[in-house]
Amino acid sequence: MIVRILNEGQWELSEEAVRDLNSLDDAVDKAVASADQGQLASALQALLSRVRSTGTVVPDDELRDSDLILPDADSTVEDVRALLSDSDEGLIPN
Amino acid sequence: MSGIFQRISLIFRAKTDKALDKMEDPRQTLDYSYQRQLELLQKVRRGVADVATSRKRVELQATQLNTQADKLTQQAQKALEVGREDLAREALTRRSGLQQQLTDLQTQHAQLQGEEEKLTRASQRLQAKVDAFRTRKETIKATYSAAEAQTRINEAFSGISEEMGDVGLAVQRAEDKTAQMQARAGAIDELLASGALDDPTGTAKDDITLELEQLASTSDVEQELARMKAAIGPGSSEAPQAIEGQQAPSQSLPPTTPSHGSYPTPPAFNAEQPQQAPANEGDLR
Repeated sequence: MIVRILNEGQWELSEEAVRDLNSLDDAVDKAVASADQGQLASALQALLSRVRSTGTVVPDDELRDSDLILPDADSTVEDVRALLSDSDEGLIPN
Repeated sequence: MSGIFQRISLIFRAKTDKALDKMEDPRQTLDYSYQRQLELLQKVRRGVADVATSRKRVELQATQLNTQADKLTQQAQKALEVGREDLAREALTRRSGLQQQLTDLQTQHAQLQGEEEKLTRASQRLQAKVDAFRTRKETIKATYSAAEAQTRINEAFSGISEEMGDVGLAVQRAEDKTAQMQARAGAIDELLASGALDDPTGTAKDDITLELEQLASTSDVEQELARMKAAIGPGSSEAPQAIEGQQAPSQSLPPTTPSHGSYPTPPAFNAEQPQQAPANEGDLR
């Protein structure tokens, strides 16, 4: 599976490796729900370092769709909330 | 995985796809899409340049603040040498205020540097993807039938649109950070302009400098007087004393002045001063 870390690029991970990320997903979810910046930072840190260590980097010149997109390490609670918002604002600047 | 990342991924994809959905016949609009990619690439490069400019401005301000802090240290030293602890205290208090600004600037500098690195990296990544897309689009146009091309084009599109969304976010973020920084930089510019900085024309001086200069000129006057008196000889000191009297508030200082290297003091000055001072007080009041 292809996992993108926003602002960093893409990694290719095995299915099991992605499944293992689930527990960390819960931690991030809780941190965002309780607006706990410190907890979010440490949860993201743990998650992203696991992606980087278990995955292999997708070369820059490969055009591939990601199965999963993760916020980058120094995202704030607001950043993550913005990513989750359904606003019509497109991500691609015009 | 149906947690937070799945949601982020779905929303992200929906948004990026939407941007490219407008093209009805992807085959005909391959070139148009490529054009948009090049535009984004331009935008990222401008973003890198903007962040670099802001970073340099912060560096310049830090240098100015440092210079100013050094100057205040020197002023404090000078003030102490002439026995003005109050002035020295004022100079050091101001310096500690500057030091705080300097610490803030250093934090901001680190942040800007981080953004600059990320954007530079994003620009390289996008460049590689755009090149790959160009190659792919030429192959698709040349090789495949309309039906086949459709699938290939969708693949290429989804890969590039996601990257464009990611890089677009990075640019937006860098722009926000830079805007914040510029607002702050403006405030520091004002602080520096409000007399804290050396005026190159030398006309505007901060009050500490003024007071120190006054002290220096007082002792210059004393020296000149002493020199004249010595030249004329004893018994004709009435007129000079009247002038001297105007500087009465600083009279207690001269005895310490000779220890300071920057005011050349004739030896005669030292000997005469203590005798002259009480006489002046009497003349004035």
